[in-house]
Amino acid sequence: MTTDKADTPGEDIATQVMKVSVWRGDAEAGAYREYSVPLRESQTILDVVAWIQQHEDPTLSYRYACRVGMCGSCAMMVNGQPRWTCRTHVKKVLKDGGLTVAPLRNLPVIKDLATDMDPFFEKWVAAGGVHHPTRSRHDPIDAVTPDSEGRAEADAGIECINCSVCYAACDVVAADADYLGPAALNRAWTLYNDSKDGGGQTILDAVSAHGGCHSCHSQGSCTRFCPNELNPMQSIAGLKRATAWSFLKGGK
Amino acid sequence: MRIRPHRSHPLWLAFLLHRISGLGLALFLPAHFYVLAMAVSRPADLDGFLALTDSPLVKFAEFGLVFLLAVHIFGGLRLMALEWLPWTGWQKTLAASAVGLAFLVSGTFLLQAV
Repeated sequence: MTTDKADTPGEDIATQVMKVSVWRGDAEAGAYREYSVPLRESQTILDVVAWIQQHEDPTLSYRYACRVGMCGSCAMMVNGQPRWTCRTHVKKVLKDGGLTVAPLRNLPVIKDLATDMDPFFEKWVAAGGVHHPTRSRHDPIDAVTPDSEGRAEADAGIECINCSVCYAACDVVAADADYLGPAALNRAWTLYNDSKDGGGQTILDAVSAHGGCHSCHSQGSCTRFCPNELNPMQSIAGLKRATAWSFLKGGK
Repeated sequence: MRIRPHRSHPLWLAFLLHRISGLGLALFLPAHFYVLAMAVSRPADLDGFLALTDSPLVKFAEFGLVFLLAVHIFGGLRLMALEWLPWTGWQKTLAASAVGLAFLVSGTFLLQAV
């Protein structure tokens, strides 16, 4: 950390500066470039990236939307760990007065810090993660029983914001391009336990195929890094049990 | 060896230990069976080989072997419980317990051996 004058007009207090290495490049090639960024109170990683884009280099590309941890757009690798940058405070992750910010792991880079999320969402669909209706609009609404066992299982996993942090943390995703990944399997588990979803066997078939839940090595990085403190490893373990019992009972 | 930052958490290290112990045991087993087969094919050579087991270095290596075996058994039981039994939230504690039990078993073996 070095000491410098703040750049904000009217603010003449001495301000500490941090060194931030940001990955710049595209799908073909790239490298880290270092920037000096003023250290502020209550500053998030997204604030740092925005400061660089607004004050140092307007060509820096990154993605964000809500800035409050709801939309799942702004995840990046910070010091080698996947994080939601809008709710990661600089002071919690600053290392030796510096930061390293890179695009999410396990996804193709479009430019700089923006990754192509298509493979991530395509796997949601491949895991059976679409609603399989049981009634039409002409039927009465199927009441949800909040305290049922299945509803409790589903509720535990439905707060996923699709940020892909778990997908970036997973070494199985890195090793096997066909692996559906923690978020898609977590979504499949919530639908499997949803009394309004009629696609139980469809989901089990999808998640027990090649690249499905049985590829998981239970390393737990998904659960360790999920910013919403969900537990995809628990969901995947549930799918492993459900698919195994389905196989033992019915041969599929 | 540097563990990359996204891997620096207990359950990933438990995975690594399970994989290393599994590979170590897989490498040991052919040698184990080869020495056992000497009982049938070359008994005199076997006696000479078994004399080596009195050396402190081999006894310490046996401690390592028992540790690998124990940590692979207890770690494997944890994974089977994770996949087949209702979910329990204390996976880190269970992984640490597997290592602790493995040290208990292998340490007891070492104390008996010396």
